[in-house]
Amino acid sequence: MIPSSTYRSPRWLAASLLSLGVAAPAMAQEDPIKVGILHSLSGTMAISETVLKDTVEMLIEQQNANGGLLGRQLEAVVVDPASDWPLFAEKARELLAQEEVDVIFGNWTSVSRKSVLPVVEELNGLLFYPVQYEGEESSENVFYTGAAPNQQAIPAVNYLMNEVGVERWVLAGTDYVYPRTTNKILEAYLKGHGVGDADIMINYTPFGHSDWQNIVSEIKAFGSEGKKTAVVSTINGDANVPFYRELGNQGIDAADIPVVAFSVGEQELTGIDTAPLVGHLAAWNYFMSVDTDTNYDFIDAWIEYTGDDMAVTNDPMEAHYIGFNMWAEAVRKAGTTEVDEVKDAIIGVSVPNLTGGYAAMMPNHHITKPVLIGEIQDNGQFSIVWETPSTVAGDAWSDYLEGSKDLISDWRAPLSCGNYNVVKGSCGGGEAQ
Amino acid sequence: MKIPPCLRRLLALCLLACLPLTAQAQEDDGQSLLASLDAASYAQMGGAIEAIVDSGDPRSRDWLEALLGGKLQRHKESGRFVVVLENRGRNWPVVDALTGEDLGEMSRRELDRIGINNSLRGQLQSVLAVLDLRVDDVGARREAARDLLGQVDEAMVAPLQDLLEAEGDAEVARLLAQGLAIHRLEQGQVAAVDVLAGSLNGEVRSALSSAARSDDPALAEAAEAALAGIDQKLRLNRGLETLYFGLSLGSVLVLAAIGLAITFGVMGVINMAHGELMMLGAYTTWAMQQLLPGQPGLALLLAIPAGFLVAALAGIAIERGVIQFLKGRPLETLLATFGVSLILQQLVRTVISPLNRTVVTPEWMSGSLMINEGLSLTLNRLYVLGFAMLVFAGLMLVMRRTRLGLEVRAVTQNRAMARAMGIRATRVDIMTFALGSGVAGLAGVALSQLTNVGPNLGQNYIIDSFMVVVFGGVGNLWGTLVAGLSLGVINQVLEPWAGAVLAKILVLVFIILFIQKRPRGLFPQKGRAAEG
Amino acid sequence: MWLTRPFRERATQLFLGVLLAALAAVTLLNLALPAEHPLHVSTYTVTLLGKYLSYALLAVAVDLVWGYLGILSLGHGAFFALGGYAMGMYLMRQIGDRGVYGDPLLPDFMVFLDWDALPWYWLGFDMPWFAFLMVLLAPGLLALVFGFLAFRSRVTGVYLSIITQALTFALMLAFFRNEMGFGGNNGLTDFKELLGFDLRSDATRLGLFLATGVALAVGYVLCRAIVVSKLGRVCVATRDAEARTRFLGYRVERFQLFVFVVSAMLAGVAGALYVPQVGIINPSEFSPIFSIEIVLWVALGGRATLYGAVIGAILVNYAKTVFTGVMPDAWLFALGGMFVLVTVLLPRGIAGLLAYRLRRRAPSSPESPAPREVSA
Repeated sequence: MIPSSTYRSPRWLAASLLSLGVAAPAMAQEDPIKVGILHSLSGTMAISETVLKDTVEMLIEQQNANGGLLGRQLEAVVVDPASDWPLFAEKARELLAQEEVDVIFGNWTSVSRKSVLPVVEELNGLLFYPVQYEGEESSENVFYTGAAPNQQAIPAVNYLMNEVGVERWVLAGTDYVYPRTTNKILEAYLKGHGVGDADIMINYTPFGHSDWQNIVSEIKAFGSEGKKTAVVSTINGDANVPFYRELGNQGIDAADIPVVAFSVGEQELTGIDTAPLVGHLAAWNYFMSVDTDTNYDFIDAWIEYTGDDMAVTNDPMEAHYIGFNMWAEAVRKAGTTEVDEVKDAIIGVSVPNLTGGYAAMMPNHHITKPVLIGEIQDNGQFSIVWETPSTVAGDAWSDYLEGSKDLISDWRAPLSCGNYNVVKGSCGGGEAQ
Repeated sequence: MKIPPCLRRLLALCLLACLPLTAQAQEDDGQSLLASLDAASYAQMGGAIEAIVDSGDPRSRDWLEALLGGKLQRHKESGRFVVVLENRGRNWPVVDALTGEDLGEMSRRELDRIGINNSLRGQLQSVLAVLDLRVDDVGARREAARDLLGQVDEAMVAPLQDLLEAEGDAEVARLLAQGLAIHRLEQGQVAAVDVLAGSLNGEVRSALSSAARSDDPALAEAAEAALAGIDQKLRLNRGLETLYFGLSLGSVLVLAAIGLAITFGVMGVINMAHGELMMLGAYTTWAMQQLLPGQPGLALLLAIPAGFLVAALAGIAIERGVIQFLKGRPLETLLATFGVSLILQQLVRTVISPLNRTVVTPEWMSGSLMINEGLSLTLNRLYVLGFAMLVFAGLMLVMRRTRLGLEVRAVTQNRAMARAMGIRATRVDIMTFALGSGVAGLAGVALSQLTNVGPNLGQNYIIDSFMVVVFGGVGNLWGTLVAGLSLGVINQVLEPWAGAVLAKILVLVFIILFIQKRPRGLFPQKGRAAEG
Repeated sequence: MWLTRPFRERATQLFLGVLLAALAAVTLLNLALPAEHPLHVSTYTVTLLGKYLSYALLAVAVDLVWGYLGILSLGHGAFFALGGYAMGMYLMRQIGDRGVYGDPLLPDFMVFLDWDALPWYWLGFDMPWFAFLMVLLAPGLLALVFGFLAFRSRVTGVYLSIITQALTFALMLAFFRNEMGFGGNNGLTDFKELLGFDLRSDATRLGLFLATGVALAVGYVLCRAIVVSKLGRVCVATRDAEARTRFLGYRVERFQLFVFVVSAMLAGVAGALYVPQVGIINPSEFSPIFSIEIVLWVALGGRATLYGAVIGAILVNYAKTVFTGVMPDAWLFALGGMFVLVTVLLPRGIAGLLAYRLRRRAPSSPESPAPREVSA
């Protein structure tokens, strides 16, 4: 276990006393800046989210070593929402109302974000969300540092269509909102590019699905129709290991039927013997194998922090790296951690990413990212085979969905609206008036 | 995918058994050959590979293999080409690509990998496959010939024809003939359909499907007819395959449930930590593979007794530490063991890691056993199926033929009477619980070959395990076997028709309704013990 | 009158006294004191307490069937979640055109997954009376059908427990399916108002807390009334010796069915009160593990006492809140250890300790006999 600076029993007590109004107001000047970390450390999502907690703690440590922020030290406040969605809302409330943190880094699953969203909006907090997601959302209080579908799914499909010559598509996903939305967008996109109904197969499986025999066999049959076939996988979490094992055993070779995954990164591959999977693809905005000095520095710091020579980095970690630096930059710019001022200051802030370029915060609270396609190697890393020539700006509202193609998001004054309908000329929801 | 000219030339070289060029250490040539490989884009890499092949350099094959494995790299500073021997961790051991000189370890920061993509990988693979067509090992030749299906083009026809005539093995000959026929089919020759009709191979089916969409009505018709025949056979195979899938899923359920059938069915302990005992078995497999690097197979075999032992010891600890205080309060065991399961999960997260661990599948368990070209049985699942049956048979033997089994049955049926007869009931309790836990450990060892090895492993199977035991009839090992296998088959038969989610729901509804019909499961326990 | 009988019991008087005093104290400390005052109870705490109370009501419902009927239901989460979904659907409809897409009829998740019309089973949920009726009817009907089948076939013991588990598991998988039209994994969220009250306002939160407290009091008295009635005695008889009770001429399955349905409805009410306070309902409430946890609260607090269930639910969830904040990396050790220790050291749960003291002081208090296993 990584030594963490956050065993907080005494501090927790102090904090609750503080909230009870015992503390003297004179202390306020020297108070550290509190950074809330809202990632599951137990339950099903601990596998993915624990490293993100460690990442933020590492970033905080580094920032403190460099003198903190605005002359104040940073302090991590870690809670465990335990992969329990209502608990996410409760813990977010605890962080904002009780601990009075200045910013929250957290969440992985869409449902946990949806659960936290009303709380952050009500208590006017700041949330940095680091995972690729389905889009269709833009909150005044949330900053999306992961990829929107146009920063991951669409470029990946373009690559397969144009560079690999794929004509037949299997869209396989876990049955929840991210795969559903992504597949809806992809289906519309593919049909727009002349792919027929018969050449698209859509398949949904439950969470943690472990018996893939039938589905893999179906994919195999689907792929033997004389057209180049590819699988676009939005299969989530634990279900991937048995899925890839079954692929290997039923002899589905990347040269015949490549699988491009949107939820499988280096972290997930540490649990898989990748030798049979060489050549299958993933689309992300960062790979650990990116050959830049900033990336190697980040990896070295991470290895040192975890004390594990084999420790891997992944895309959501980079997203936190970017998000954290953007927030720090915005705080510096605003000269305060006051949420409203940071929120305004952060738009347009641009910080280096780990792939040798810059990430900028857009007015819709999404960021610009390069899109990389990587092939799995036998050492559990990805070899980058293609990348977009420049960065792509995240699109909160997909152009390929009926309900959202007329919506835009711009949180700058005077529009200040997350879902402005350009046809009706009005701010759609009841939120921002 | 077509084989580019360069590779064809290599083929020609090999097929016609040209003498290899004199082996000379041409430092400069090698360096420039590799340099051109590095500088090029994917599209140009074909040309660079061509240059390598044309050079006839004796090291070409090694280079190409290293390139295929992503091991060919360039030292950034010196521009020297190296082959990486082991590419995990921060620093990698490397040798010089040209001289083979050992260069010690280099940081990954200093190296630049020469990347390839899937299409280049495919080309390289078929080059190597063709080389394999000339080896003595029949198995390798068959493999190579199968790989060539759908890859044959004009330049290869003549040499392959020669090889076909010289080929002694009927299977290789058949495959080569099919490969050539696919090529002719692509040229639009209707006669080729006859050679291909009846083959269940996916590439053949693919080629025929393409032909069936052709503009030539005669060709389309012939291909259509051949396809219809193939599909007929495939349907039968598909049925058999589904049955196999079902039995395989069933065997996993049986393995997961059979230990529970002992602790829960025989002893009446509602052991919510059963899943975590399986998890311990799976982690033992991982630990064994860490202890014996490079020998995953041996480690797996040793993990079988080790996994049993670890889980059994954990079981004894649970029995002594918790369950012995809850005699006669079976429902409270649920509470206490649920606590134990939380502790064990967190223990693994804290001590080992919250991340999944990699358990390697040994060579002999990878891939599949080909019954015919339309039906292959995946080997890992076949082994698990066999293993499940062995465990079951072993358990039956213990319960029916050993003194322990006799005592267990005696204590279960009438504890007081058994004690009066001189059976040490406490000892029997410990042994029974250890046995059930050990079997859970065995299940974990098997599951490590199928699914994630992580802290959540147990949680994923506990509900299913209870379902199987109850469906089969508590206290009846045969019931557990039949229940597990039949639920597996029902699930897999429903799945293609209803989808994975709905299939699972339907199975659950089926269990609920079945219990209405037979309130004590498939094989109800008879007699007084049933009331207990 | 059978409903008033519980009020004559010392334990009930005590329980209601403590509960009402607590409700009053929290209200007072929340409203009357300024936020800076050390004894001020923040709205955050009020909402948290409201959540505990709805869990407590759920635990009481489980204790009614487990403690007094001997049915270990591992699927009560299903009834809780159904009540919650009924409330959630009402709250979704209340959003109206204030969703992100501004669609007056369809909830957001339906808009972006291209539903063109509201499914029939969503009709009527814009009317509060209908939705609140469904909070009772949905779990009630499910319990009625399920219980009718199970009790008629005399499914008992662990077989019954496991099929209740299968029931909730099947419902979880079903609700996860996006085609079901309940929002899939994301469930229902982003609620705005309840009966015209803004769910974000402090006053509404306090109101919800109080409503939950009152519901718990009413639910408790109702259960207590059932338990001390003749019907309750038959139930206890069934629990301890089902065959004998049958031979005495009682149609056991009717009693069982009645109590089971009442319990399911109570669980539904608990779910309905839970949802607006936590702001989300999602299929994970159907998960078998959650249902097992409910049973754990009851066992920890002390089975067959009702007030024990309340204590257990509040205690475990309070522990969860504190531990996940104080020791996020190791709280499962604490929770797991708590379960093990309480089971081994306190066979009758925490209520066992209390009851022991209570009985020593008032030996004549009407007391239902303890479950069979405990006496062993």
